[in-house]
Amino acid sequence: MNLPPLYPFLRSGFRVQRSAQGMLRTCLLFVVLALLCLPWADISVTTRDPWLELSRLGWGLLTPDFGRPGELILALANTLAFALQGVALGVVGGFLLALGYRFALIRRFSAFIRAIHELFWALLFIQLMGLSPLAGVLAIAIPYAGTFAKIYGELFEEVDPSAWQALPSGTGYLSGFFYTLLPQALRPMMIYTSYRLECGIRSSAVLGFIGLPTIGFFLETALKQGLYSEAAALFYALVLVIVTMRWWLQRRLVLFYLIAALVWLPPKVSLDTALVVRFFTEDIVPSPLRSIQGWSDVLPALERFWPWLNQLWQQQMWAGLTHTMILALLALVCTSVITLLWFPLISPLFGGRWRQAGGHVFLVWMRSAPEYLLAFVGLLLWGPSMLPAIVALALHNGAIIAHLVGRYSEGIRLREDAATGINRHFYEVLPRIFRPFMAFTLYRFEIIMRETAMLGILGIPTLGFYIDSAFSEFRFDRALLLLLLTAMLNMLVDGMARSLRQRLHLSSQPESL
Amino acid sequence: MNSPAVLFQMEGTSLAYQGREVLRDIRLRVSPGEKVALLGASGAGKSTLLRQLRLQQATQVAWCPQQPGLVPMLSVYHNIYMGRLDVIPWWKNLANLVYPNPVARTAIAAIASQLGIGDQLFTSADRLSGGQQSRVSLGRALYQRRPVFMGDEPVSALDERQADQLLGLMMQQHETAVVALHDVALAMRHCTRIVGLEHGRIQLDCPVSETSEQALLAFYPQ
Repeated sequence: MNLPPLYPFLRSGFRVQRSAQGMLRTCLLFVVLALLCLPWADISVTTRDPWLELSRLGWGLLTPDFGRPGELILALANTLAFALQGVALGVVGGFLLALGYRFALIRRFSAFIRAIHELFWALLFIQLMGLSPLAGVLAIAIPYAGTFAKIYGELFEEVDPSAWQALPSGTGYLSGFFYTLLPQALRPMMIYTSYRLECGIRSSAVLGFIGLPTIGFFLETALKQGLYSEAAALFYALVLVIVTMRWWLQRRLVLFYLIAALVWLPPKVSLDTALVVRFFTEDIVPSPLRSIQGWSDVLPALERFWPWLNQLWQQQMWAGLTHTMILALLALVCTSVITLLWFPLISPLFGGRWRQAGGHVFLVWMRSAPEYLLAFVGLLLWGPSMLPAIVALALHNGAIIAHLVGRYSEGIRLREDAATGINRHFYEVLPRIFRPFMAFTLYRFEIIMRETAMLGILGIPTLGFYIDSAFSEFRFDRALLLLLLTAMLNMLVDGMARSLRQRLHLSSQPESL
Repeated sequence: MNSPAVLFQMEGTSLAYQGREVLRDIRLRVSPGEKVALLGASGAGKSTLLRQLRLQQATQVAWCPQQPGLVPMLSVYHNIYMGRLDVIPWWKNLANLVYPNPVARTAIAAIASQLGIGDQLFTSADRLSGGQQSRVSLGRALYQRRPVFMGDEPVSALDERQADQLLGLMMQQHETAVVALHDVALAMRHCTRIVGLEHGRIQLDCPVSETSEQALLAFYPQ
């Protein structure tokens, strides 16, 4: 990037050697790009009285209605069952993929399956298997396997190689793996896996919004009917399950939970073989190519294919792509702002013990709410525009990064005569946390992009909107192409963020994100 | 009796560091105009005493701790500027991060060139050597423009000649000074009074004229 120096007047006379220069320019670039996007971003409020709705929602949150405990327990049990089975299957798949993570093909494959959001996988599997338990389990397991493969694979690469090198020559790969790599990487793997189970519970909850019987299903019903007190009870139950995870998730109980999940929700499926065959051989083939019977049909079919593709590109792909990128960029910048505003809440450098404890509670609450749920509520409040999606992504991701940055700031030691208040924030703390902040945020960018595409299902015209419409119109050929485009966009952003992190010398270690 | 005003005062105080008592029964008075050198082996309690003294007149003291505590990402200019964050309105401080304030820049450039780091004014602190970092720390103390200088081994990262020169500068720019040093010759040259710490007590407290370099070396067991 050849941007001008930040202090033009210094060009003569002073040598400017600022370590933060690269990071500041990158930051500035993102902010400028986001500002340029603003004219194309639809962030209007279309509801007549958003404040009235907000006050009703606030009242609902204050007066949760636990009047139907049976429904609540059923919803929670289903949510946990999907999450446990999906994550467990994802762990197995991810572990197997991680064994071959040195092969580029397996790395690409893992990147591909995690580039498609679990809700898209769910849309796909519901087409194939109906609203069956297995559809939900696979929808979680497949993208999670891709993520586990990456994290486990990187953890294996980071293990101190001396134990491996000390093995007798001729030791096979698997023996060496189980005796040296795995024992050394096991602890961080467990920590990461338990964090992913938390994400899995959120994903499982959100699957309810597209029809599976998890807590999201009941939440959607309650919210659509304006029963905010009932919705609040469901939401509090979900938060409670996530917040208390560190107590109920015991290593020796995991197997018990898993068996219970399988008994409660057997991953049964009634496959209509003819339907599945038709789906793969006919439905997902682009419609102009379906008529190909022999070699003589190929050329005319291709002649029809290009206009078909061109039309799809102009009407859906391009619009979906640009909206997704605009929304993701704005969400990224807003997430950064939220992060910088919120991390002082839990940092010991600002405020005493009570304020920190309060901050922790607040941030856990904010990140326990799935972004899909937040966006759904935002749509009820403000009507369909990009605004609910941006706010939802910024609140959820901002809370997660603020948590990480706040924890990082615990290691900072200030001078006794260090400034206080806002001066401390901007002079003492911000410059010191800026590098990890950028690393976390760029790490999160890929996830924000994934979620942005997915939020289209709610009616915001990102790629997810067109994918969802294609599915509901049974145009699976279009759906598949749009899904591939989404996956490619995600993989591109992932690669870009990684190279940016390397260029700015930011840590590229796997974080619990 | 017409005793001069006392800046710092301890009457039989005991001081602890990390929960362990390191200094007992400390009696010490420092008046304006005095240049006090604290001598003693490492671990004798010099830093603990200095920290405690600073708190007695926190707003009067230009402070230079043993660890410079610079912000690595910020430039020399900003690190020196930080000495006056508390007296300048916060919005001016924020604007100064984005675009250096011309007035402050002139003043800080002058201080930096006095300290021999004028060329590095817009270099990030993490790219400086240890010696350069302690110059920045001295610069921050100078920029505070306060009457009392308090330093904990402020020149120990510099070579002999520069240490001598810069300690002289600090003494000249401040009316009063309390400095922990381990270089006896430096203390004799720049201070008016020597306080020696040993076994958790003040073992020696006298004007420079009443002691000798030879006698002071006893505080540093070989």
